[in-house]
Order: sequence, then structure tokens, then C-alpha cells
Amino acid sequence: MFDFERLTIDDVSRFYGRRRALSHVSLSLEQGELVGLLGPNGAGKSTLLGVLATLVSPSAGTVHYGDRTGVDGGLELRSQIGLLSHELQLYGELTARENLEFFAGLFDLSDPAARASEALERAGLTARGDDVVLGFSRGMRQRLALERALLHHPRLVLLDEPFTGLDEQSTQTLSDRLRALRDDRRIVLIATHDHDVVDGLVDRAVLIDNGRLLSLDGSDGTLRERYRSAVGSRR
Amino acid sequence: MRRFFQVAWLVMRKDLRVETRSWEMVSTTLFFAVSCVLVFSFAFVRGGRAIEGAASGILWIAVAFSGTLALGRAFERERYQDAMRALLMAPVERSAIYLGKLLGIVLLMATVEVVVVVAIVFTFRAPLFAYPGYLAALLATGTVGFATVGTLFAAMLLRTRSRGVLLPILLYPVTFPVLIAGVGGTVALMGADPNLDLARFWTALLLFFDAVFLTLALWTFEPVMTE
Repeated sequence: MFDFERLTIDDVSRFYGRRRALSHVSLSLEQGELVGLLGPNGAGKSTLLGVLATLVSPSAGTVHYGDRTGVDGGLELRSQIGLLSHELQLYGELTARENLEFFAGLFDLSDPAARASEALERAGLTARGDDVVLGFSRGMRQRLALERALLHHPRLVLLDEPFTGLDEQSTQTLSDRLRALRDDRRIVLIATHDHDVVDGLVDRAVLIDNGRLLSLDGSDGTLRERYRSAVGSRR
Repeated sequence: MRRFFQVAWLVMRKDLRVETRSWEMVSTTLFFAVSCVLVFSFAFVRGGRAIEGAASGILWIAVAFSGTLALGRAFERERYQDAMRALLMAPVERSAIYLGKLLGIVLLMATVEVVVVVAIVFTFRAPLFAYPGYLAALLATGTVGFATVGTLFAAMLLRTRSRGVLLPILLYPVTFPVLIAGVGGTVALMGADPNLDLARFWTALLLFFDAVFLTLALWTFEPVMTE
């Protein structure tokens, strides 16, 4: 089975017509690393996650997953990527269990029912597993969507605003879950505006602004202060 | 190949399960199609007799319009919460996802057609059941042809803001041969002197259309769905 230890983004640009969403982005991520992707609205965070998830083709540059590129990675590569979008990608009319079993089937996982039960337990939703998702709170949906994205134990985990709508306890639980992923040698990239939450959680953070990537390391202060300083200096 | 059909089955089953929870698409399309038949029956039926050929035209108009409604709604569900992206992230042939969506839409349209045919038989006193096998073959091939093109276009337009307007604009010109063949075949079956050879010809033409467009759709779905 295909696997990789390093993700390398090499001079990637993406244009939508004349609009530049990503401009010469280069970044390398290692397994066991938890990286924060920060930036203002419309800076290019979601586009970058889309490119890494192989859903968006770069206009220029290449993404290497180990020794394969996104183009030649094929289905095996997709089986190693888990994506949690800002939209939660769940079917509201289905129950939590049905959602998980459906995606377990798509990922060709053995015993989808057992996988779904385990995921429900991790999401703290065992008691609500047979309820339709439409009746869930945002936080419950968020937890379910995260487990849906991690159902197949992907090597690369891409999370877009995973802390949105979570209460303090759920935020803590998610933080612990992300640390566990890092300990399990996953590559985790989190696009977020919750600077205070990810400060101390991520190993390093990068800033994307107007499609360009900048490092936020190497200066003093909290993540929020470094972010403000970096964004402010670019305005 | 087994995995391909397994994925198509999973997607279709999911769509049917979602539909049985809400009955939203069936009720909307059915209501629309039956209303269409009733309204036209007031215009085209005089003294218990319908204008010749009117019933065939109404049948296929009802199929096309209700099918368009169903197509839009089927993909609106995938757009809601961006579920389509999750489907596209799965390590499966994307054409299998297309096939699953197509099968779900064909089943839904077939359900509506059963009711529409019965409604037309009663309101237009049309001899639609004179050759049930021929009619079923015409409807099956016509529905598959219409839904094959429609499913691809509806998926393509998923991220387009004006998809509700664009879908019929793109869909009807391409599926015009389907509607012509459907009407032509049905008229051939319902005349005072039914022409079965002509009905067979139109059915064969529909079959050819289905084969061409199904092949094209399966082939283009993957690149079309990659941004």
C-alpha cells in the first residue's frame, strides 16, 4: 500500500482566471508534524488545502507526496488523505452511523459497521448514532465530520477551521485528538483563525496572505502577536 | 470492475435512502408532472377526444420538465455542506460516483413516469397500454438518455451560481434528439394504425444516443469534476 513520510509543495501557483489564489508557494511537511496555516479571509488557505487534497489542480508547480506527485498518485494517494472542510460534508437526512458507514464503504474499509461504531465513540456520539444529522448542534456535526475525515486513518490530515462552533470541552477534546494524530506520525495541516487555540498546539505556523506563504517562526510573542505583526507589516 | 459497481450501488443507495427520509424530490416532481398533464388536458381534450399526437407530446414534456427538477435537486443535496467534495476525495473511480447518481435519478424519473403514463391514459384516453413492451422500451431508453446528459451537466454546474438557469439552457438543446425520438416513437404506437417498425427505429436511435452519451459522460466526469 502506498504511503509517504514527507509532503513537499514546490513553487505552486494557482490562478482563477486573472485572479491569483496561490503564488509560488513552497513548503515541506514531515510526518509527526502539526502545522498551523494562518491568514486573513480570502488569503488562499482553502485553495491550498484543495490543492493538497488533489481536488484543485495547480496552475504551476508540483506537490510531492513522498516520491509521487498529485497527478500520478491516483486512487492510492487519495486513500491517504483526510480532509475536513469548513463545510462539514455530511448528509443531514442520514443518521450519524449511516453517514460513517457510507464513507467507510466508499473507502473500502473492512467491517464498516464496526468502523462507524468506533468513530462514533471517538466523537462522543454513541448515544446519538442513530439520530439524523440535521438534528445535531454545530459542535456535534463538527466532531462527527472530523471522525468521518479520519475514518480511513489517512497519513495526511487537512483541516479547515476545525474549531469552529466547538465549546471549551470539545475544543480540548479536539486538541487532544490532534496531538494523538501527531504522536501517530500523521502529517497534520490546520487552517484556522483560532490563533489562541492552536498556539502551543502546533509545532510551527505559516502565514498565507494574498496567495503568498510566509513563516511565522523566529520572532517573539504569542502566535496572535506574531500574526498581527506579520499581517500588519504587509498592509 | 466489481468495485466500480459496488461504489455506484453505494452512491445510489445513499441517494434513495436520503429521498425516502424526505420524499422531497418524488413529491415535487410528481406534483409538477401531474399538474402539467392536467393543465394540458384542459387545452387539448374536447368532448372526450384529444388532439391526435397531443398525449405523446405531453408525456415527454412532463418527463423532461420533471426530470430537470429532479436533476437540480439531486445535486443540490451534494452541494449542501459540500458533500460532493467528500465523494470526490474517496479513493474510487469518479465515474462510478457518476453512475450511482445517474441510477438514482433514473429510478426517480421512472417512478414519476409510471404515474404520468396512468394519468395520461385517463385524461387523454390515450391507448398507451396497447403495446406496453414498446412503450416501456421507449421510456427506458429515453429516460436514460435524458438523465445521462442531465447528470453530467448538473454535476458540472454544481459550483456555478446561476446553475438553475444554466441547466435547462444547456440540457434541452443536447437532449432535443431524445425528446424528438420519444415523441416520434410514442406517436407511432398510438395512431389508429400503429407503426411498430417506426417505434423500433426510434427506440434504436435512443439506444444509440444512450450508448454514445453514457460513454462520453463516464469518460469526462473525472476531468470535469477536478477544478
